Amino acid sequence: MIQQDAAPKPRRNVELALLILALAVGIGASAMVDLNSETPFDNDFWFQSSLLVVAALSFHVVLRLRAKYADPVILPIVVALNGLGLALIHRMDGPGSDTGNNQLRWTLIAVAVAVTAIWLLKDHRILRRFTFISLAASAILLVLPLIPFISAGEVLGARVWIQIGSMTFQPGEIAKITLAIFFAGYLSSNRDLILLAGRKIGPMQFPRFRDMGPMVTAWLVSIGVLVFQRDLGSSVLFFGLFIVMIYVATSRISWVVIGLALILGGGFVASRIFPHVAFRLDSWWNAFTPEVYGRSPGGSGQIVQGLFGMADGGLVGTGIGLGRPDLVPFANSDMIIALIGEELGLIGLFAVVLLYLLLFTRGFRAALGTRDAFGKLLACGLSFALALQCFVVIGGVTRLIPLTGLTTPFLAAGGSSLLANWIIVGLLLMISHSARSPIDTTPMPDAPTEAVKQP
Amino acid sequence: MNQSIRSAWLAAVAMFALIFGAISYVQVIGADDLNDNPWNQRAVFADYCKDRGAIIVGGKPIAESVPGDDTCNFQRKYTQPELYAGITGYFSRNYGASGLEQELRDELAGSSDQLFLDRISQVFLGKQAKGASVELTLDPEIQKLAYDLIPEGRRGSIVVNNPKTGEILAMVSKPSYDPNLIATHDVAKEKASYEELNQVPGINLNQSVSGPTGALLAPGSVFKLIDTAAALNSGKYNKDSELPNPASMPLPGSTASLPNYAGGNCYTRTTADFAFALEQSCNTPFASIALNLGQNAIAEQARKFGFGQDFGEQLKLQSAVSVFPEDLDDAALAQSAVGQRDVKATPLQIALMTAAIANDGVQMKPNLIKTVRAPDLRVISEPQPEVLRNSTSAAIARQITEWMTGVVSKGIGGGAAIPGVEVAGKTGTAQLGDSGLNNSWFTGFAPANDPQVAVTIVIEGVDVTTGAQLTSPNAKKIFEAVLNK
Repeated sequence: MIQQDAAPKPRRNVELALLILALAVGIGASAMVDLNSETPFDNDFWFQSSLLVVAALSFHVVLRLRAKYADPVILPIVVALNGLGLALIHRMDGPGSDTGNNQLRWTLIAVAVAVTAIWLLKDHRILRRFTFISLAASAILLVLPLIPFISAGEVLGARVWIQIGSMTFQPGEIAKITLAIFFAGYLSSNRDLILLAGRKIGPMQFPRFRDMGPMVTAWLVSIGVLVFQRDLGSSVLFFGLFIVMIYVATSRISWVVIGLALILGGGFVASRIFPHVAFRLDSWWNAFTPEVYGRSPGGSGQIVQGLFGMADGGLVGTGIGLGRPDLVPFANSDMIIALIGEELGLIGLFAVVLLYLLLFTRGFRAALGTRDAFGKLLACGLSFALALQCFVVIGGVTRLIPLTGLTTPFLAAGGSSLLANWIIVGLLLMISHSARSPIDTTPMPDAPTEAVKQP
Repeated sequence: MNQSIRSAWLAAVAMFALIFGAISYVQVIGADDLNDNPWNQRAVFADYCKDRGAIIVGGKPIAESVPGDDTCNFQRKYTQPELYAGITGYFSRNYGASGLEQELRDELAGSSDQLFLDRISQVFLGKQAKGASVELTLDPEIQKLAYDLIPEGRRGSIVVNNPKTGEILAMVSKPSYDPNLIATHDVAKEKASYEELNQVPGINLNQSVSGPTGALLAPGSVFKLIDTAAALNSGKYNKDSELPNPASMPLPGSTASLPNYAGGNCYTRTTADFAFALEQSCNTPFASIALNLGQNAIAEQARKFGFGQDFGEQLKLQSAVSVFPEDLDDAALAQSAVGQRDVKATPLQIALMTAAIANDGVQMKPNLIKTVRAPDLRVISEPQPEVLRNSTSAAIARQITEWMTGVVSKGIGGGAAIPGVEVAGKTGTAQLGDSGLNNSWFTGFAPANDPQVAVTIVIEGVDVTTGAQLTSPNAKKIFEAVLNK
């Protein structure tokens, strides 16, 4: 357990100062975009900027009231990323397209949901009661896009969207959170059992076969997502989330070994059986061969154009509004990292990646600090998922690994992703609040009922 | 549990270390390769919106970048579009560039190595990079005169050059076009214009397939100057040699025959000396020279005048390569010796041949560029006259010059004669099949004893009379305009 300060400080004023800095980043970027438009600094600009300010400050005020010991760095980082994302999405908007306004709308919704969650939950430990409800919710969320009437069908090769009226939503983003809650609840209850039983082979202790149940479940979920939704990125993300959580729960490296073996085996088989996986691998490895470059769909044109953009940006970038990200498909969503590399340069992109690094580090810090196993597992899982998601997206754009369809947290255009990630931020803030607040020796007002069925 | 949380954090940090590495590779280490990739259009687009340097003739821009009214900051504009289209070429987003716009891309865009320091200072001053301007050797008055001398609707080219320096004073062709139509930022208009212009035969969209540098034409009788040089150079002939001059000569190994030109005075003699044969442009004497010397001697002399060489690099205009064919049978050799059949030359090639004769047999490198200046007007490069090769000896060149003055003073090139000035010249009429139409040529220089200017005119697809009217008399007008300056 980490030594707490003698008298923990809320540090809300530090947060406010950083928040002003973060808002300056987002609104400054937005101003640079606006300068290039036909009517600079019109009402729209001021209206949008003030909405962002109001959202950020409301969140801050709620933290003062409900979670005053929460980590002071997390919210400013997220506001900076979200603000920068809004500016860049707005920058890519042509005449008649208002992806920027849509993103702003979703930002406000997401902030409202996260704030409400903090206000109502007060304490993250309450979520432990919903362990198996979360599992059921995850299953429903993942199956939704496959149900005929609400499915939005196959969009760009993946079946991950649902449509209600004119609104589309990606339930898999929320499933990321519910799965993390389930794993955290299940593992915190059963970790002793999993830890003690097992057979030792060589230096490693392997779990009993019956304890592999959750692992097999997670593996099946991941493969199911890959097969039925054709979403390689989410599949990797869910499985990575589970492996890290079971590793943290048991401290056994054997779980990681088994997990990696399963994912590599599954991936190998998938690349043989499913053409969409094979295409992804091919357009990564052979991106610069003419047949692959020109192939449509499933070609490498998108990734190669993104690389051209980033190379053009070089060290310092072309400057916001001065590059040619319009040459890159999906520059405001899947490829927004390439847009940042092009217009803000290596320096700007490093700054953004450092923000992510700081963000997940603060998440891990909350995991270290909090006292309950559930909170530790949840914070750790969510933080690692965030890091893994960044790695998969940025690694894909820079051709380090095959490109998959994950979104860049807080930056990329897309409401579901924004909502899910703001909820994650809300949870991390709550956990960090419990980690940093003075030790409360009184019993929880509403003690967990432990209505968990043992396997 | 905290120990494994730290390990998980380390794993996440390790992933981010890989990301930092990958970003550094793409944006710095491997960036040059990516920027040079042929699929990468960013360089084209970057140039496209740039403040490119102007192309200047006689102190006035003929192509310049003016502030644009769309997302591009600058729009390329051609001030006398048709007159200079064959030189400037066009600068388009979707069709690339041609002409000087293409060949001087680095200078005009400011990306040449010599402009490196300018680029650095522009970056620090926060100014948008500006390209170098290029001033041409062209004389705007001569260019205009030459352009107007080709009637609208005719296809033809005129090259006016300085034999002593290699400078091009005028280079025009018709039909011409308006490069503004293709340089427009209106994509639909650009496409429509390009496709429409591409349908017009002979239009000079690409300097390597049409116009003075690209049109490969049968040179006709102007090729006899090369036969003459080859003959004198061989030692088998001298200035007094008598050549057989039958009215018609059977072509060896075929049933056809090669006749002399019916309209002149060739029929008056059965043998002829060089002077008469050139003045009247008789065919059979030159065919007999070629058969006597063999094709290698003729081909070698043609090479010395520039056949087989690409002048594109020197002129900064894409050019076609003039050909004297190989492996000819005797019939083909006889016909090629009088500039028919498979021998093909560009108007520029004929102009350079004539310039070499005018300059005592020394061929100068053709040059279109007077100065290249950085945005601060500092001179970056200023090409100096350069010897390309010795095409023939000075003695032979002077001898041919003497005979060429006879062509103008006594022979069929009389239309080019100027009172008080000795003009040297040679005409050519290359038949285009049995159509009755010809490529009508005049090439010559003045004054013969101290050549200041060479003029080469070709009008394609005309009857003999029209061709005669549009060549020698027009050459006279250009000679007078240049010499009276």
